Amino acid sequence: MRSYAGQVAIVGVGETPVGKVPGRSALWFNAEATRLALADAGIDKQQVDGLLTCPSFVAPFHRMSVAVSEYLGIQPTFSNTVNVSGASAAASVSLAAAAIHAGLAETVVVCCGDNMLSGMTRDLAVKALIESRDPQYEAPFGLLVATTFALTAQRHMAEYGTTREQLARVAVITREHARRKPGAHMTAPLTVGDVLASKPITTPYHMLDCALVSDGGAALVLTTAERARDLRRKPVYLLGAGESYTQEHIFCAESITTTGARISSGKAYAMAGVGPGDIDVAGIYDCFTGTVIMMLEDLGFCRKGEGGPFVEAGHITLGGRIPINTHGGMLSYAHPGLPGGFFHIVEMALQLRGEADGRQVDGAELALCHSLGGGFATNATIILGTEPRA
Amino acid sequence: MSAGKPLPRIDDDTRAYWAGLARGELLLQHCRDCGYVQFYQRALCGRCLGAGLEHRPASGRGTIYSFSTVYRPPSPEFKDDVPYTVVLVELAEGPRMISTLVDAAPETVGLGQAVEIVFDTIAPEVALPRFRRAD
Repeated sequence: MRSYAGQVAIVGVGETPVGKVPGRSALWFNAEATRLALADAGIDKQQVDGLLTCPSFVAPFHRMSVAVSEYLGIQPTFSNTVNVSGASAAASVSLAAAAIHAGLAETVVVCCGDNMLSGMTRDLAVKALIESRDPQYEAPFGLLVATTFALTAQRHMAEYGTTREQLARVAVITREHARRKPGAHMTAPLTVGDVLASKPITTPYHMLDCALVSDGGAALVLTTAERARDLRRKPVYLLGAGESYTQEHIFCAESITTTGARISSGKAYAMAGVGPGDIDVAGIYDCFTGTVIMMLEDLGFCRKGEGGPFVEAGHITLGGRIPINTHGGMLSYAHPGLPGGFFHIVEMALQLRGEADGRQVDGAELALCHSLGGGFATNATIILGTEPRA
Repeated sequence: MSAGKPLPRIDDDTRAYWAGLARGELLLQHCRDCGYVQFYQRALCGRCLGAGLEHRPASGRGTIYSFSTVYRPPSPEFKDDVPYTVVLVELAEGPRMISTLVDAAPETVGLGQAVEIVFDTIAPEVALPRFRRAD
């Protein structure tokens, strides 16, 4: 099979401060994360010939990737603003790798930043999300994007006996992880009881089952594996990737408890020549607690319907079988909107470089990142490794 | 009902559907070529791309495939309505649709329950398809 497996590497990562960071623009979060990622890689900005980013909910630029390039004072020859909602994170990395492998660019920055917390009120943020629903068949019924995910969790609970306590455990575990990652948005200890007692939002989800609303940005620098070997950081190779786009509307989904993640991860595993049992650590898009449980199943870490007991047994905790979201994820580290999924990729790169101080998974050689959006409308998986071949 | 809620933006694909609702009919598109029954309304069949689509009234009956009771309104216009229960209804004819339940206490709602359509006129010539328990 023709692929870019092992041909492209992440050679630098950058993260701005996250949480409540008032006064900064969406462009700044993109640019500052990029500046930090280039410094990490030891690459001068003039060597960047490609840039990908995602749209901002706050800044109305029609060509966000071009606006970010201008802010940085660069004139790339490959540029795009990727928007497959939450799946954009892993999908952008794959697109950058494909462009590098195809010779369209040599060094590509993949960045994303937004200020959902400080730049727009919580009400406006939620309103922007409802306006993303279909104006005829969904929005008139007061359908939050959160409700689309809640419908999947409710059905998962009915089909497989998943409990609210099991959902809550995901939030509790990732909060513990966030307490080990400097600068996380939320670090107060959390109990299952706290999650159950938090305000109901859209059942079965309560406030603490839901991702945060934050400010922040993240960036990655990608280049050829050949060039990566001469740079200062240990290269993190892209070994596999897959995407899946199954439907736009939740009511058109064939199943709402088995998702396109099964397809996207299947393609990624095939490209990398590995299986779920080979993965040492994973970053899973955690817009809601139940989302993680369903993804553990569809990514193959446990059997269908066993995600709840798998979490309850402690398998996703640091030291467990497959530690998830060691930075705290969007439930506790940060969720500035589309940048949310990019922090998972930064964290997996740090894990593979052995630089996840205080939360390092010993001997991590293979990591998986999964991004998703729109009530599982979009799914993208990437597999990263310390060596160019798994 | 509070004012300022999103009204459906009707176009050529969907005009017949909304006209049907306004007169008390839920229309589904049936493909004359392959027999597929589809929701939502399109200018072509989502299975065979045929253009021979025929609107036929649905029974208006179905079951609750999933549900979620919303406590936090998506926008201020929905504040007076919470808590309301969003349902994913599986129609007797096969397709599923998003709606809300009327006259049902949230704690009594469960998967698989039978529901039937009610037509809720929210503006002149605009009726939303809502559902009530029918078990």
